[in-house]
Amino acid sequence: MLVKITENEFNPWKYLQNHELQAGKFGATATFIGTMRDYNVGDTVKSMFLEHYPNMTEKYLQQISDIALQRWDILDTLIIHRVGEILPGDNIVLVATWAGHRTPAFDACRFLIEELKAKAPFWKQETLIDDDTRWVANHSN
Amino acid sequence: MIKIKFFASLREEVGKNEIQIETSEKLTIAKIWNQVCDGIPLPNHVLIAINMEYTNQNAIVKDGDEVAFFPPVTGG
Repeated sequence: MLVKITENEFNPWKYLQNHELQAGKFGATATFIGTMRDYNVGDTVKSMFLEHYPNMTEKYLQQISDIALQRWDILDTLIIHRVGEILPGDNIVLVATWAGHRTPAFDACRFLIEELKAKAPFWKQETLIDDDTRWVANHSN
Repeated sequence: MIKIKFFASLREEVGKNEIQIETSEKLTIAKIWNQVCDGIPLPNHVLIAINMEYTNQNAIVKDGDEVAFFPPVTGG
């Protein structure tokens, strides 16, 4: 299990490539990558600040990773989440699961991203094209 | 000593970032909010944590605890 919060841009494909699992032991890798859009609710978004609650965030993400590992027949989990200043096109989150078969891999990956979006203590503040800022009120589907 | 933290839009609404209070009695979360938020009612949508675990406004806070109030989360 790996949980990481980072202020730096990250390449999800490198994380997936470097995540070492023994060849032959897994048959399915499910991933979700969330990326920043340059628009939201009809407005152009120039940048975004992602605030979090240090330590509670990591603790919560580890708790849901533990639940996923117990609930589904999966081998490993990975969650990377960006914080701080973010620009359109930057990756915000990577969730990945590895399993023998696709069904538990998909189900656990979906569970992790949905739980993260519902309860992990992160908050987005957008800066619009005219430099106005606003807090994002709700998470989208 | 009880440490109280506010995050994101809620920090701006109550005008506080982090404060500490001394108390010898056991207080509920709701009482702590009333004590430190100058008459602002506790909003229904506010999320609450004690020592980084989710809880509710009826939970009891003890000396040494860290309490956090924050708005609905929007990560991912």
